[in-house]
Amino acid sequence: MDILLQLIANGALLGGVFALISIGLTLIFGIVRVVNFAHGEFLMVGLYATWIMASQLGLHPYVAALPLAVVFFFLGALMQRAIIQPLMNADPHIQIFATVGIGTALANGALMLFSADLRSVDLPWARQATDLWGIASVSRGNLVAFFVSFAATGALIAFLNRTHLGRAIRAVAQNRYAAPLMGIDVNRIYAITFGIGTGCVGLAAAVLAPLYPAFPTVGSFFVLTAFVVVVLGGMGSLEGAVIGALIIGLVESLAGYYIAPDLKEVVYFAIFLGILIVRPAGLFGVRGNE
Amino acid sequence: MLRLENLRAGYGPVTVLQDVSLEVNAGEVVTIVGGNGAGKTTTLRAICGLIKPTGGRITVDGKDTARLSPPGIVDLGITMVPEGRQLFPFMTVRENLMLGAYKPAARARIEERMEEVLTLFPRVRERLTQLAGSLSGGEQQMVAIARGMMANPKLLMFDEPSLGLAPLIVKQVFGIVDRVVASGTTVLIVEQNIVHTLQIATRGYVLENGKVVMSDTGPALLKDPHVKRAYLGV
Ligand SMILES: Nc1ncnc2c1ncn2[C@@H]1O[C@H](COP(=O)(O)OP(=O)(O)OP(=O)(O)O)[C@@H](O)[C@H]1O
Ligand SMILES: [Mg+2]
Repeated sequence: MDILLQLIANGALLGGVFALISIGLTLIFGIVRVVNFAHGEFLMVGLYATWIMASQLGLHPYVAALPLAVVFFFLGALMQRAIIQPLMNADPHIQIFATVGIGTALANGALMLFSADLRSVDLPWARQATDLWGIASVSRGNLVAFFVSFAATGALIAFLNRTHLGRAIRAVAQNRYAAPLMGIDVNRIYAITFGIGTGCVGLAAAVLAPLYPAFPTVGSFFVLTAFVVVVLGGMGSLEGAVIGALIIGLVESLAGYYIAPDLKEVVYFAIFLGILIVRPAGLFGVRGNE
Repeated sequence: MLRLENLRAGYGPVTVLQDVSLEVNAGEVVTIVGGNGAGKTTTLRAICGLIKPTGGRITVDGKDTARLSPPGIVDLGITMVPEGRQLFPFMTVRENLMLGAYKPAARARIEERMEEVLTLFPRVRERLTQLAGSLSGGEQQMVAIARGMMANPKLLMFDEPSLGLAPLIVKQVFGIVDRVVASGTTVLIVEQNIVHTLQIATRGYVLENGKVVMSDTGPALLKDPHVKRAYLGV
């Protein structure tokens, strides 16, 4: 087997994982224009929730994905209504303090409840390798995450483009002033969007639980990459986020092997800066729609 | 249909509208005339519920609108074509029109309504698949008006539809306003170009420093010495 093909397969699958984690953040940023710094901690909570459902109730993590996404939808909508909404017209700094505060509280809460130990969902099936047409060998769980990532993004894009509610959500992002004149309840759209974005994190957590253990700071492990993906993709473009995630995944995989494992972040930040110098609005961003 | 009684409103601590009373009856074309900063846009925004009155009342068919949000006021059949068009720039013209009929009542017959509106404004039909942000100023204004009509409003309010357009295009936009009026829609219009609007207006109000100082039929206001001096420069 050619090592290059194997590395590309690994990179693409890693990109799928990054995409899955980033779509919710992208949606919330693109529509509500709030950077949710608690995003990584939501993922952490989801990983613990999946672990509890699997170890206590014997629920298969992929089965847990649906209820988790629904519960996270309501949690996200509630958080928007209770905490973000009153701050919508406040200084952006205040919003940052609020979401960072929520994230920190969640991480410390997890530390108190579960200690710093790693909690893994026991699903050996997901860690087994499967052969891809003899050119690469990848873990099944990773393959599932990859497909779920594309399916979720595709479904979200179709929802935004083809339904009345989806159109209203985009309308709010494009012209906050005109949307209420159409009869759109802007605050309700914000709550729904925050809910959908958070629901995506719930889905991601359940799908990733068989691959990544839960621990209190697992959120910060992923969230930096998710922010890079959001900016690279064009601040709010879902298609852009997926492409950005794939680029980061591939760079990480290839640079980790050909350059040095320790330098892979340096390489992808270099590429990140390079792309932003050439295209300041990101890969798929539209100038003026930032 | 619409009544404003001794309306006071403004932005935060600033009171812009001191005392505005006016009414619009079904089938009328009513215009508000006033200089820059007189409070015309503020009046329309208060009617839409975008700002809350601090005194007086706004009623629609006798119903007080004080507690209603902007979407609730759209439900009462009042739609505004805002100043500066305010389209959704990264959506197609068709999507913009569909958003005009967002409320369930309008959405129920969105296809028929789209056909009616496009028959009224054939120029808009040619642009359906284009992004709204890529249209010329005049075309954008036509789309903004067509989008307002999609709600099938009882009362359509216009805020400066000719603002920033070349004279030839202004003519076309007025042609469109005339068509809206001819279609039987009740209209409340604010327009700098008062000659045309006063000609078509059944009644007009003159607003100065947040107060209604005069009201009469459109043609009568056009002949009034004060209006001539202050707003027509003759
Ligand atoms: N968002 C706002 N915040 C504070 N003051 C405002 C705001 N919008 C308008 N004003 C003030 O309210 C007053 C009336 O403004 P308004 O826009 O209603 O005038 P107008 O009659 O529509 O004028 P124009 O012909 O220039 O459009 C002005 O003095 C303006 O500075
Ligand atoms: Mg104005």
